[in-house]
Amino acid sequence: MWRRPFPWLIVGAALLYALFPYFTDDVGLRESLLLAAIYIILASNLNLMIGYAGYVNFGNIVFFGLGGYICLYLVTGWHWNVILAALAGGVAVSAVALLFGLGILRLRGAFFALATIGVNQAVQQLVVNFEPWGGATGIYLSLDSYGPLGGPMQALWVMYLLIVVLTAASLLASYAIKNSKFGLGLIAIGQNEDAAAILGVPTARYKALVYSASAFLPAVAGGLYFFKSGIIEPTSAFSLQTSIEAIVMLMLGGSGTIIGPAFGAFLYEELRGFLLTTEYLSHFQLVIAGALLLVIVQFAPGGLLGWLHRQWPRSRRWLE
Amino acid sequence: MSTLLEVREISKHFGGLQAVDHLSLTVDEGEIIGLIGPNGAGKSTVFNLINGVYPPESGRIIFAGTDITGKPPHLVARQGIARAHQIVQPLGGLTVLDNCTVGACFGREDLALDEAREVAREMAGMIGLGDRLDLLASSLTTAAKKRLELARALSARPRLLLLDEVLAGLNPTETEQMIDIVRKIRASGIAILMIEHIMRAIMSLSDRIVVLNLGAKLAEGTPQQVAENPDVIAAYLGDSTLLQAAETVR
Amino acid sequence: MFGILASVIDGILVGAVYGLAAMGLTLIWGVMNVINLAHGAIIVLGMFLLYLVVYSLGLHPYVAVPTTIVFGFLFGIVLYWVGVHRVIGRPELMSLLSTFALNMVLIGLGTAIWSTSPYNVPVDMPSVSWRGYTFTGTHITAAIMAVVIAGLLYLLLYHTRVGKAVRAVANNREAAELTGIPTRQMLSMAFGLGVALAGVSGTLIATLFPFTVLSGETYQLNSFVVTVLGGLGNPAGALMGGVALGLIEGLATPFMPVSWIPIVEFGLFVFCLIAFPRGIFAFSKA
Repeated sequence: MWRRPFPWLIVGAALLYALFPYFTDDVGLRESLLLAAIYIILASNLNLMIGYAGYVNFGNIVFFGLGGYICLYLVTGWHWNVILAALAGGVAVSAVALLFGLGILRLRGAFFALATIGVNQAVQQLVVNFEPWGGATGIYLSLDSYGPLGGPMQALWVMYLLIVVLTAASLLASYAIKNSKFGLGLIAIGQNEDAAAILGVPTARYKALVYSASAFLPAVAGGLYFFKSGIIEPTSAFSLQTSIEAIVMLMLGGSGTIIGPAFGAFLYEELRGFLLTTEYLSHFQLVIAGALLLVIVQFAPGGLLGWLHRQWPRSRRWLE
Repeated sequence: MSTLLEVREISKHFGGLQAVDHLSLTVDEGEIIGLIGPNGAGKSTVFNLINGVYPPESGRIIFAGTDITGKPPHLVARQGIARAHQIVQPLGGLTVLDNCTVGACFGREDLALDEAREVAREMAGMIGLGDRLDLLASSLTTAAKKRLELARALSARPRLLLLDEVLAGLNPTETEQMIDIVRKIRASGIAILMIEHIMRAIMSLSDRIVVLNLGAKLAEGTPQQVAENPDVIAAYLGDSTLLQAAETVR
Repeated sequence: MFGILASVIDGILVGAVYGLAAMGLTLIWGVMNVINLAHGAIIVLGMFLLYLVVYSLGLHPYVAVPTTIVFGFLFGIVLYWVGVHRVIGRPELMSLLSTFALNMVLIGLGTAIWSTSPYNVPVDMPSVSWRGYTFTGTHITAAIMAVVIAGLLYLLLYHTRVGKAVRAVANNREAAELTGIPTRQMLSMAFGLGVALAGVSGTLIATLFPFTVLSGETYQLNSFVVTVLGGLGNPAGALMGGVALGLIEGLATPFMPVSWIPIVEFGLFVFCLIAFPRGIFAFSKA
């Protein structure tokens, strides 16, 4: 894969992305870029489920939130190094997702989709009632936790850089999978699961694997993000709204493509920023997102990239 | 010639309907076996039972010495049985080449992606789709989609090919071409079990014919024997194509 | 012992309404192979329609029942053309996202108008007492209405030309088209019927319990559990499934805290889906 230009483009873009706010020393820019990076991670990993395998994971945020909780718990309760803690969160969440996936991926389309919401709500409820993780108030980080990273100011920069690394990793993983045998099998499942099975694709195993794979990076990102935020609590950690917005971003940019999620995340953030200056009711955010999703699904199911590909067929080759 | 597929007394019913009734048949290596019968006789159900779409309620299915009764479709594909469906199932969003690559990757040989792509290219070429490799499967004509179905099945390098009405909906020229392709496939060493309604074709292609009626075996034999069998003619009463085909065979 | 019996009977009464809601969901699925993820939002709209009828129009609560049926039907047709028509026949993923998007819009608008506060519409109906146990009048009335509406649906589907046309389209759309049936109109009407059923079940539920804009989610899950129990695409099974679920709830309520019940339902739901993919009452479609 490293013999093709595209992965290098991703690495190059990530370097620019990481270093730009650093060299302009613009903290405000860093914060918005960080948020966008998080959304790209969510949307890009969601792409593995929705864009490749054709399974809608409405409750995808559960990976992010659970990863965040495990990381912060290990840091505050067991004094782990944050990077190791975040990675541990990633491993733990994707392991649980693998086991769980074997079960709920037997459900067809809509039932699976609803089950993922159910999983998110159930996990949220469990966490609310789980005292070692702070119950309904959550876990707070004291400023000491940032000590090992050179203090809070420096820590924020380190977190930013690490999250950009994860974003690049998400896009690269997306690309690697798409060009692999595993990815071909997934896409076959997404096109026609029964036909894929008859062709020999081990559908149950592949679905569970992709569900688990789509959990890893969001979980690690969750650990880093909530560490940076200094606090994690159940409502925002398992916010269904964010979960759904990730789906809208994916569809907006182009489901099934590599950089579609990146475009989608940016566009949506721009749109949201614009809306927030004119509408201050957050309920309308859901309405706008819903209307946007409705329009995309009906008129431009391939999203922005799909539209570009149709207008300029040659772009299919280099704009994946 | 050794026995490749042995179906022993398989049965399946849906609700109150006995779709397949204690059916037995064999396919030897290199043979073309035709499976015919009036509509609703249970032919497609037999295919579904063989390739694992649902398990038989009784009976055994033995393929190349291995008991594959009730095994899920992807494991049956791994054993070396591929299928071309009556109602084509192209993976619409993928190209012709990618469709066949899926077949090659997950078929009997479990190939790596690059090797699979080569096999796919070869098979697509053999079936006459070599000039359309980069087209999306959804944009093909019906005849081309039928060829894709076949090319994809062949890409899996099966030992047994299940053909479900591959000639349906083709014009005379396309039908002739497809008949040639079927012969070429057999010549390459693949055994074929085919369901067909075009009597002339199946009579001339098959080494042996099994006639199904109401889920049970009505008759079995060479095309000539079957065409002259009064029970078979009675089952097809009113269907002049069988009688005409019987004429051509004689 | 009789306490449990009373709880079970009450559960069955409420279950009839659950069945009605599920019938809406299963009808749409059976006719056009679309799983309506806006189902919960429509139930909520039905609930608020009761509120509007009683407090904005000052009418008797049960006037809302036929009102919801009529409005629900018309609204359903609109929803069909806005959000469902173009995704029929496309991969299931698309109709899931499309109906889910409708859900987002409806709930978002609902939250903007009514916020997430609880609402309640007290309805006065004479109760029935038997051996010291009281069965609330509203529960009995709701159950009777649910059964009557279900009966009307049956008459519509099996004894009118429109109903037969809808069933023909459900059975085989191409063949129906060939016989001259305007299939798109039929699909929109079927969707309208499904929405009407969901809406009126919301209205009936609102006569029994307090509600919020977010209540739809629980009842939507509820409807899914019922359709799984009864088999997708099977309205009669939906009614029976609803009663069965009500029965289970009635059995469970004396023994566990209320907040656990959705978790039990969810577990039952997942279990049934994995163990009985065709539904427990499935009159199997081969």
